[in-house]
Amino acid sequence: MSIELKSVSKHFGKVAAVEDVSFAVTEGELIALLGPSGSGKTTVLRLIAGLETPESGGIFVRGAQVNDLPVQKRNIGFVFQSYALFKHMTVFRNMAFGLKIKKWPSERIQARVRDLAGLLDLNGLLERYPHQLSGGQRQRVAIGRALAPGPNVLLLDEPFAAVDAQIRQELRQWLVRVHLDLKMTIVFVTHDQEEAMEVADRIIIFSKGRVEQIGAPQEVYEKPTNEFVARFVGVMNVLELEVRNGAARREELEFPAHGLADGQKMRIGFRPYAVQVSADASAYRYRAVLRRTYFLGVMLRLEMELPSGLILRSRISKEDYARLGLADGRTISFQIRSYRILSKEDEPLGAEVATAHELAPNLGEGI
Amino acid sequence: MKTSANVISTLPGKPAPRTARGSFHWLLVGVAVLFSAVFLVLPLLNVFAQALAAGLGPYWHALADPDTISAIRLTLIIAAISVPLNAIFGLAASWAIAKFEFRGKAFLLSLIDLPFSISPVVAGLLFVLLFGANGLLGHWLEVHQVKILFALPGMVFATIFVTFPYVARELIPIMRAQGREQEEAALTLGANGWRTFWHVTLPSVKWGLFYGIVLCNARAMGEFGAVAVVSGHIAGQTDTLPLRVEKLYNEFDPVAPFAVATLLALLAVATMLLKALLEWKTRHES
Repeated sequence: MSIELKSVSKHFGKVAAVEDVSFAVTEGELIALLGPSGSGKTTVLRLIAGLETPESGGIFVRGAQVNDLPVQKRNIGFVFQSYALFKHMTVFRNMAFGLKIKKWPSERIQARVRDLAGLLDLNGLLERYPHQLSGGQRQRVAIGRALAPGPNVLLLDEPFAAVDAQIRQELRQWLVRVHLDLKMTIVFVTHDQEEAMEVADRIIIFSKGRVEQIGAPQEVYEKPTNEFVARFVGVMNVLELEVRNGAARREELEFPAHGLADGQKMRIGFRPYAVQVSADASAYRYRAVLRRTYFLGVMLRLEMELPSGLILRSRISKEDYARLGLADGRTISFQIRSYRILSKEDEPLGAEVATAHELAPNLGEGI
Repeated sequence: MKTSANVISTLPGKPAPRTARGSFHWLLVGVAVLFSAVFLVLPLLNVFAQALAAGLGPYWHALADPDTISAIRLTLIIAAISVPLNAIFGLAASWAIAKFEFRGKAFLLSLIDLPFSISPVVAGLLFVLLFGANGLLGHWLEVHQVKILFALPGMVFATIFVTFPYVARELIPIMRAQGREQEEAALTLGANGWRTFWHVTLPSVKWGLFYGIVLCNARAMGEFGAVAVVSGHIAGQTDTLPLRVEKLYNEFDPVAPFAVATLLALLAVATMLLKALLEWKTRHES
């Protein structure tokens, strides 16, 4: 086990930043701590590094408890969101800082920094100052500085937040590659679920200082264990239903009652890909007008308005879109193939959220 | 400010109001230039004109007076003691205030500002009330033959009090703006507190610190009120440069007070030049 947290809590004043958090990271894993801002993920990262001390619980690195071990002794590489480069030092001196503290001989420092500069594509920049570098270069210097002393673990706080979209994409792939090369445990913090899904081996999802779910990207996407995760990871249509005449309804939409009595409420969610559309206005039970098409690359997202005014989102490939001859303003028909129950009577559901309920195809076709 | 005006004028779709700028703009600039010429530059030049009115001979003669030499020496000694002490205090206080949360922080902040809000004469009186013959510690000091008032220690105390805020006030905003992250980065790389301070904290505020010291020094050498109260005006012993200027002026000497005043005026000019240089340096390094 590379890193392990056991029931760790940390408050700032009366605010609980981290509440009873437990998880374990295996050696060599690439882990994302995902959550909205203020969910405690950065505090968890700082706790692992020793920049914060927990009030209770244990933090273990390679099996040894490090609660009382000062930052300097933890041998952990930390990359700050703002990079926190030493402004008055050249790139070389920034990267050599940790090695000088370890009293490496200067030839070894030279060799180590040059190796890292190669790996990080920083050749020729070693005599520059941080203010003479681009955002992406600064970040690579920060990573190089953290990697130089050979840490057990590399921690990155929002590593992609401060760079523009194109570089961000390159950086994601670059991080995955470096992880493969170095075979090192890497934990990074992000608020961007897409980023976490793309880069991480496993994702730890935080909300309000607590761990909501831990799992591989596909697992948290397809089997969310609570409403928060279901709604936070990926896009989801969420509907508030009320049971009337034995079926759960919202406007013209109708779902099974799942044992609820008339007047009771439940909240359901379904991914855009579960909404199947047809250009034939009577192919499926429900009808809608295509309001707007969003181009997401290979896939398109459709926003459609039901006669009642309800808005739902669907997803379709470019090919299917062209084949069906869809266009904004057209009347289409659709069916919902599967959905999951998020809550009943505002009571949060546990594992039940993970179950996808299939609907019979063409349910009630031709009203 | 010039920079903000530039920013506004480069905003798309928001052209600078050129017509309004024209004559009114130059009128304002003219008023400012005229005002500073009449009230700042002219008097300063006049000091030099008066001092050199009788030629270089009397000017050097006035400066070579033993009592004046003694005043120069005393001024330098007082500055040499009080400025380093205030620099160390200012550095420690600004670091604590800018980077940590602790009880009594607001109190410490207003304490630092106290010398700004108190009249220097009152500041001097505080020390008289403390160390004077009838003061709180007066009797004890007399018994043990420790001389503070009307001697170097009292003048150093008064100077430290008056110049207390300069370094701290200069550094607090700079340190606040820099935050803790560079220091935390040094810690994660294995640096201890001492090393972090010398290699990360101090270099990143060095120009601000130097600027604070320059201002502190200018005030320490130029202070009149507080020092006048505790000095006792013993010629050749407890007169600093400003006190010496006043004494010579009261003696109706036509050249000497102005000659000595040129030294203080030169100090002021040197301070302003250093200030401009340091501001330019900090701008270019950030």
